[in-house]
Amino acid sequence: MKTAIAFAAATFAAGLSMPASAQISGDTIKIGMITDLSGVYSDIDGNGGAEAVRMAIADAGGAISGKKIQFIVADHQNKPDIAASKAREWFDQQGVDMLIGGTNSGAALAMAKVAAEKKKVFIAIGSGSAQLTNEQCSPYTVHYAYDTVALARGTGATMVKQGGKSWYFLTADYAFGQSLEKDTTDVVKANGGNVLGSVKHPLGASDFSSFLLQAQSSKAQVLGLANAGGDFINSVKAAKEFGLTSKMKIAGLLVFINDIHTLGLQTTQGLYLTDSWYWDMNPDTRAWAKKYFAKMKKEPSSLQAADYSAAMNYLNAVKAIGTDDGDKVMAQLKKTKINDMFTKNGEIRPDGRMVHDMYLMQVKAPAESKAPWDYYKVVATIPGAQAYTTKAETKCAAWK
Amino acid sequence: MEIFGVPLQAMMSQLLLGLVNGSFYAMLSLGLAVIFGLLNVINFSHGALYMMGAFAAYIGVTSFGLNYWTMLALAPLVVGAFGILIEKTMLRWLYRFDHLYGLLLTFGITLLLEGVFRSIYGVSGQTLDVPEALSGATDLGFMILPNYRAWVVFASLVVCLATWFTIEKTRLGAYLRAGTENPKLVEAFGVNVPLMVTLTYGFGVALAGFAGVLAAPVINVTPLMGSNLIIVVFAVVVIGGMGSILGSIVTGLALGVIEGLTRVYYPEASEVVVFVVMVIVLLLRPAGLFGKEK
Repeated sequence: MKTAIAFAAATFAAGLSMPASAQISGDTIKIGMITDLSGVYSDIDGNGGAEAVRMAIADAGGAISGKKIQFIVADHQNKPDIAASKAREWFDQQGVDMLIGGTNSGAALAMAKVAAEKKKVFIAIGSGSAQLTNEQCSPYTVHYAYDTVALARGTGATMVKQGGKSWYFLTADYAFGQSLEKDTTDVVKANGGNVLGSVKHPLGASDFSSFLLQAQSSKAQVLGLANAGGDFINSVKAAKEFGLTSKMKIAGLLVFINDIHTLGLQTTQGLYLTDSWYWDMNPDTRAWAKKYFAKMKKEPSSLQAADYSAAMNYLNAVKAIGTDDGDKVMAQLKKTKINDMFTKNGEIRPDGRMVHDMYLMQVKAPAESKAPWDYYKVVATIPGAQAYTTKAETKCAAWK
Repeated sequence: MEIFGVPLQAMMSQLLLGLVNGSFYAMLSLGLAVIFGLLNVINFSHGALYMMGAFAAYIGVTSFGLNYWTMLALAPLVVGAFGILIEKTMLRWLYRFDHLYGLLLTFGITLLLEGVFRSIYGVSGQTLDVPEALSGATDLGFMILPNYRAWVVFASLVVCLATWFTIEKTRLGAYLRAGTENPKLVEAFGVNVPLMVTLTYGFGVALAGFAGVLAAPVINVTPLMGSNLIIVVFAVVVIGGMGSILGSIVTGLALGVIEGLTRVYYPEASEVVVFVVMVIVLLLRPAGLFGKEK
């Protein structure tokens, strides 16, 4: 009984002290990050992504007008239910003010729902499904780095224009893969190409040779790989082994620099890919990458750069308006242009999409590469307005 | 000619690919069966040791300049020696307890090994090239088979049959089997049973290492490669009959083929078909296809 009274008193006291502590809830600004720290996607984001967020917090001085910035990170093991329950626990009990969602679209869609219910800012970075800002858009979601529509419009359109008219897809069988296949199919058809078929493989499949033989017998000109990470790597390895690469062009629809690092330039040279950022684009990107390299001993992926940028812009927004209230921060984020090493003139649309330029890159031949991690040539810049879903196409009610 | 809407050529090539995957299942489940049959230990760390074999090959080739063939012999020895260390220092204290204790210990070892390799190498994986002598492919008429895949089937069949022969048909095998039935009596005849048990564990684990080296050039070498496979391999052992040597070899190959066929007709189900078979077999023959009811 005594403890109950004490507890009630403490709650009451805490309640009283709330308004006094300016506008920063819990007297700290707490950033949470839930991503894949141990599974197939943990190299492209994972601990490197968490380190990038820590770098942003350090660069922001560790505090905003005397209120400390805290950071916690957790592993969702690529399971949407774990991601959702962790997010709920953090919002309810840990006082997390902003959640960064790492890789895996299934997990991101689940976290977006929880954040919307709790009216907290959710920034999806590693996940690709364009549903986050389309069918399932929310006033509290920002989709930051890229999405399946942008990937499809970048790589898909380029391949068709270069003569790859007929396509066959090898697709990871979950939210992200299906989105990517659908969006790329739309782009291929819009550009006058056609899709001969597709085969879906489970996430983390052990062997791709059977799937690739089916692709080969379709006689399509282009093999679209609507998968990522380890699945992409194993697909490309098997495609080379079975001699597919001499008959079909391979379109990697979501390729990160870590994948190229693993596969090597010999295997990947000439491959086209679309990405939001590359460490060796300009002096700003190189300067940041150098700091990151000093900590992690590898060059950052686009997602890790986006993690830094997103955390930094969130902290700037909180600083500008002096509160971490979800609604107010979202309003501030949506009216501020993003200009940093990640992007120039980026802006967050009403549907939550952060619109910025995307880049079509081509993997260098081994002879062209002068240093470790010197892998890409930027072939074209795809202006943000063309890369993402347009107002005419959207199904998001908030942007009609 | 078509079979249920699939051209015969495509069917043949899928069957062959199924056999290649089945070879890995057979080798891994064989190691598990040997260890379970003779030691009564459910060796959950088998997948991690398979991964260790692949990494040993990768490290040997890239850091020490050794070639694939040397590593094919050396990596199983390294992994086997590591297995012996586990058996000598930890596993042997658990024989008199329930199976679960061995399972928990080996599961813990799995997490440790994966964690160590993950912190050093990350998960994106490493690439090991196919050895020169086996690069290239052979046109079989209905498909182009990379020579290396043919080598995988050959090597695994040789190893599996040699193991089966040694355990079921030789005097050494007879000692081993007798040692598991009645260790006290066999010891009374002057056979060093504890040493035999240690070496058996080392051998079973070396089989996993061998499979790891065979797999390294064709799949991405990552710390997680074992955990992707181990559950399927356990299902194979259960279907074949816990501890049955021949059962694990035949079932491993057969399930590879069944999985290959599923990839043609209904690819989405290819990762679950093994478990569907497992459920059916357990309902009809609880001891597994080749197991003996006790």
